[in-house]
Amino acid sequence: MSAPVLEDHAAAGVVGTRMLRREDAALLSGEARFVHDVVVPGALHMAVVRSPYAHARIRSVDVSAALGMPGVVAAMTGADLAAEWASPMPCAWPVTADMQSPPHLPVALDEACYVGDAVAVVLAGSQAEAQDAAAAVVVDYEELPAAVDLEDAARDGVLAHLGAPSNRAYTWELAPDPEAVRRAFDDAAVTVKERYRQQRLIPAAMEPRGVCVVPQPFGGEYVVYSSTQIPHILRTMLGLTAGVPEERIRVIAPSVGGGFGSKLDVYAEELLCLALARRLRRPVRWSEERSEAAQATIHGRGQVQEIELAADADGRVQAVRVHLLADMGAYLQLVTPGVPILGAFLYHGTYDVPAYSFTCTGVFTNKTPTDAYRGAGRPEATYAIERAMDALARKLGMDPAELRRRNYIGADKFPYSSVAGLVFDSGEYEAALDEALGLVGYEALRQEQARRRSDGATKLLGVGLSSYVEMCGLAPSRVLASLHYVAGGWETATVRMLPTGKVQVVTGATPHGQGHVTSWSMIVADKLGVPPDDVEVLHSDTGVSPLGLDTYGSRSLSVGGTAIALAADRLVDKARLLAAYRLEAAPEDLELSDGQFAVRGSPSTSIGIGALAFEAFTAHDLPEGMEPNLEASATYDPTNFTFPFGTHIAVVEVDTETGRVDLVRYVGVDDCGNQINPLIVDGQVHGGIAQGVAQALYEEASYDERGNLLTTTFADYLVPAASELPSFTLGRTVTPSPSNPLGVKGVGEAGTIASTPAVVNAVVDALSHLGVEDLEMPVTPERVWRSVGAAAPVPGGAR
Amino acid sequence: MRVTVTVNGTTETHDVETRMLLVHYLREIRGLTGTNIGCDTTSCGACTVLLDGESVKSCTLLAAQADGEEITTIEGMAAPDGTLHPIQEAFHRHHGLQCGFCTPGMVMAVASLLKEHPDPTEVEVREGLEGNLCRCTGYHNIVQAVLAAAHSGELVP
Repeated sequence: MSAPVLEDHAAAGVVGTRMLRREDAALLSGEARFVHDVVVPGALHMAVVRSPYAHARIRSVDVSAALGMPGVVAAMTGADLAAEWASPMPCAWPVTADMQSPPHLPVALDEACYVGDAVAVVLAGSQAEAQDAAAAVVVDYEELPAAVDLEDAARDGVLAHLGAPSNRAYTWELAPDPEAVRRAFDDAAVTVKERYRQQRLIPAAMEPRGVCVVPQPFGGEYVVYSSTQIPHILRTMLGLTAGVPEERIRVIAPSVGGGFGSKLDVYAEELLCLALARRLRRPVRWSEERSEAAQATIHGRGQVQEIELAADADGRVQAVRVHLLADMGAYLQLVTPGVPILGAFLYHGTYDVPAYSFTCTGVFTNKTPTDAYRGAGRPEATYAIERAMDALARKLGMDPAELRRRNYIGADKFPYSSVAGLVFDSGEYEAALDEALGLVGYEALRQEQARRRSDGATKLLGVGLSSYVEMCGLAPSRVLASLHYVAGGWETATVRMLPTGKVQVVTGATPHGQGHVTSWSMIVADKLGVPPDDVEVLHSDTGVSPLGLDTYGSRSLSVGGTAIALAADRLVDKARLLAAYRLEAAPEDLELSDGQFAVRGSPSTSIGIGALAFEAFTAHDLPEGMEPNLEASATYDPTNFTFPFGTHIAVVEVDTETGRVDLVRYVGVDDCGNQINPLIVDGQVHGGIAQGVAQALYEEASYDERGNLLTTTFADYLVPAASELPSFTLGRTVTPSPSNPLGVKGVGEAGTIASTPAVVNAVVDALSHLGVEDLEMPVTPERVWRSVGAAAPVPGGAR
Repeated sequence: MRVTVTVNGTTETHDVETRMLLVHYLREIRGLTGTNIGCDTTSCGACTVLLDGESVKSCTLLAAQADGEEITTIEGMAAPDGTLHPIQEAFHRHHGLQCGFCTPGMVMAVASLLKEHPDPTEVEVREGLEGNLCRCTGYHNIVQAVLAAAHSGELVP
């Protein structure tokens, strides 16, 4: 489970060790403050009146009864608030020039477009009073036909927005050589054509969202507390949308209770609290309830995928062709249209495929908007190719591990120019496969599987593989420009030493559970030769960290961590000049070790970096032209994405009599390049696996035919508990990324990307001899049981 | 109505609304915001506290029902000098928390679980914690932490 390679690496310092987290004490003792815990005297509580219809014309909204309720200070409609907005709510990723984006206001004016769309707000002295009064707001709706099913919506039978030309948001294509794809399919010895449904998921961070906006005493300035992953992006977007000068907004993300992409957004409630605080000159806060979160916080996934593989007789894949429909929901949120595009480059997976084409059509429906959810496009891509590879293996009668091995991009081909136009940085895919096969005991499992089948057992064994590569470390700004994303992908850092030799690190990355404080202090501790506990990390507050691009897309270490390392290097460069001056030596003759600059070959002639920090602070005797203090900043714009990879293997027992699936063993071998802290890497992988397993087996945001969301509570939406999951066996290979000086790749999403197809492949594998070839997610006992009943056994019991 | 509740060893009397939930009483009246609210259907367990030593979900009890009772919240687990309780320490050592939002409730549920099952198996730990959801850890390290805490020899039965 540990990472043997890294223990050597650790000899030089703390980087590479399983250092315990510095964040834990405050979280374990209850001292940590989440937004809901921030006490603001005199704050008004906001409640949002939401549409109970998926699609309705709003004939009138009457707030008069609500205004008469106890404690109520204000109640407002969309029309009352319309003048507050300088522009509609932002979408930062217009993926095509002709993309349609219906105007999205924080409170709807005359048309509600999903269950949960805001139609009025109430402000009162307490949350209970605000909620009571919200129930007294009378809205006259004319229910309209709703576009609910994704494929129906794509046919424009019902329009999700009145007056829209169609439900199509955009069609995006990646087809470098369509003729080559056609030829490959014409010439193929074997083809498979699969169709998969990516159900909608509710991110369900354990902390629901919360916002509190506090006007500052001197007028015109606002502190915005929000449970957000993106305080920096949020500040800019709040400024643009609410018409508040950006420099007068300070966004603070205090302790944030998980995000998984769902807090990578600019939400109506954030805009509303800001606008209402401005209007009423009082603090305004809002706390999301769980049932509200199910409707008003973005959903993930929501695709129908069609994938075709063309292979030669030996199983070598010659072409991959993909058509997607992607459910945008009712509106385009911050990066909604870009999510499928993040997967578009990866549908050939880890395989050396010469011909490729991809198209995606984004479609509006009358449902909660979708947006980035852990993995964002890459889990969908990995699911499609890994399920399709198993289908191909069955068709060829080949072991799925062998088929993968035969198709991998060879270790000698890196850096690898992919058919989709990326340059994969480094990889050794077969090593990860071998490690995973060994850890799971693959051959023995296959024997046990065969034994159970021949014994006619009702508890069948299934083994499912998933090899993945993902692109993360978002992102080179020029590449983002080519994809029409409106911002860059750099990250900033400042490292400064204080007079007493302590260190402050300022970062634009924004943790919400990832342990950044621990990891960043480890990087800086090794660079400067100080104890990690002497390194304070300042983050998540635009007042102390004015520039940054925040945390998502497994970018924080490879981009933000690199910026920190570069800033620390610059600080050391300056300290070296000062040390040389003090020691009367040439800078290049100095070695920095354990925080001491010493003259090479004369270790007794030395000075500590802490002493240098004090001298730089007093500035009594600095070299000519040197500015006081030891402080340095860096902004790092990556030159490439990073490409973590690995192989995961799920082992399931499937009860053919009840349809029950038990995940009995799970092996994940990941390669995220060098690791700063393998303890934290393990934790990221564990959580990622659990979320991917949840998609495979348990979770779905279900709608009825009228567009009512049926899964608004944890009683209906099955976030797995400890009892639904096994312990995980982890392995690791280490192939450093050549793209950044730390050699790191990122691991926040890997587990989620890998695990979903591994689990579904395992269930199908258990039942394949019965003729079962596919199961829709989530793979519930009912679906399994029905598939067993409907299946026609495969002659000879082939896999 | 008037309620007198001992929380983490301190007894106070307050007037509260009849409909006030225990979790709101703890957070708003007693100022103990370590106990979190993660759902509205008693499903997630983030608000778990001990009532006379047994875990309860404080969103499911009225403050009035705690009248005359003893409540322990996460703030009452560490020693007065800040030394973490062995369960808290085990969560730290085994990386049993990430964002930390479920953690206070999880720790309280574990305290109750280990009182009932001082030497639990992995299955007993997993089943014993099924009322507490965590979205970050996949439970792997939470289970490791609980088993380690049980075997640390530092828990007072």
